[in-house]
Amino acid sequence: MEVDQLQRTFHDYHASLFNEGFLDEQFVQLQQLQDESNPGFVVEVVSLFFEDSERLLNDLSKALDQENVDFRKIDAHVHQLKGSSSSIGAQRVRNACIAFRNFCDERNIEACLKCLQQVRQEYLLVKTKLETLLRLEQQIVAAGGASPM
Amino acid sequence: MGMAAADAQFHVLAVDDSLIDRKLIERLLKTSSFQVTTVDSGSKALEFLGWHDDDDDVDVDVDDDERNNSNEAFVSPKNHQEVEVNLVITDYCMPGMTGYDLLKKMKESAFLRNIPVVIMSSENVPSRINRCLEEGAEEFILKPVRLSDVNKLRPHIMKSKSICKDIIQKPENQEKQDNNESTETQLQSQSQPQQTSQSNNNSSNKRKSMDEGLSPDRTRPRYNDMTVMSN
Repeated sequence: MEVDQLQRTFHDYHASLFNEGFLDEQFVQLQQLQDESNPGFVVEVVSLFFEDSERLLNDLSKALDQENVDFRKIDAHVHQLKGSSSSIGAQRVRNACIAFRNFCDERNIEACLKCLQQVRQEYLLVKTKLETLLRLEQQIVAAGGASPM
Repeated sequence: MGMAAADAQFHVLAVDDSLIDRKLIERLLKTSSFQVTTVDSGSKALEFLGWHDDDDDVDVDVDDDERNNSNEAFVSPKNHQEVEVNLVITDYCMPGMTGYDLLKKMKESAFLRNIPVVIMSSENVPSRINRCLEEGAEEFILKPVRLSDVNKLRPHIMKSKSICKDIIQKPENQEKQDNNESTETQLQSQSQPQQTSQSNNNSSNKRKSMDEGLSPDRTRPRYNDMTVMSN
């Protein structure tokens, strides 16, 4: 049956995201908070994460582009991004943020630019993965299956 | 717990400047059968709690006329909390008023100091944690917050409810008094297992803190014993 196949695909894909370190246990916590009374919880939180991250990445770009770079502001932005990625379980983004903050402390612009690139990369990767995962969930539900989340 | 109070819905006020974290804590709390209000700043939290400048022990410029006018902006009439809040859980790092500032203001306020406060933070900073516990926070929780952390909140509410009854209410009849005593006894007998369960529950925080080489006791509120003894 189509649903069964989709379920299997979802299950394997889901597992791979953890094995490859994109997601950690916190994402499982999110899934556990989703139920029949709150069927859209994961989508909602993930969408907020996307919006938040994109805003912060833009702010970081601008901040690093200034004549006089305000490292405290940059640190504050990275701290926020670290917090939200940690809250949804986006492990690699979180780790990239931790590295970024270390270079902020050193007030090293070049290194910070590289870090920003790294964070952005990790973010785009996890975004694609999460979108795929959520799309699979959608397909399962549309085909009459129960949400595997 | 088997008491009537266990069926009552407790109201938690959650304070966090991050929208994602507010969503998360709200869901966590609702899943655990709490009634939840979320605000995005310490000042909004104080407003919600009906805090007034003159509640401080410290002198403030607000004179009586000003105060009476500003009362209209608040939900509650002066010195009375219309919406009962049983626990405040707040993020530490917030712009403007930090969670620590909020905690301090509440403890300085005559009518807010009995509301248990729990601090959350993504950073494991021992001096920060100790400062909060010393200021009277019941617990310090490392983010990201989990269901197991939220399960630790109820005992703090039950403790303070029992104490409040003793401090605020004069038992008007014997029945009420018996009720208070039985709640007290139950809590006192609970306090033994509670402390063990707290250290067990702290094992997840322990796990996090061990990496930093911290003592495992650091998340246990040092003043726990003080608050349990409600004489």
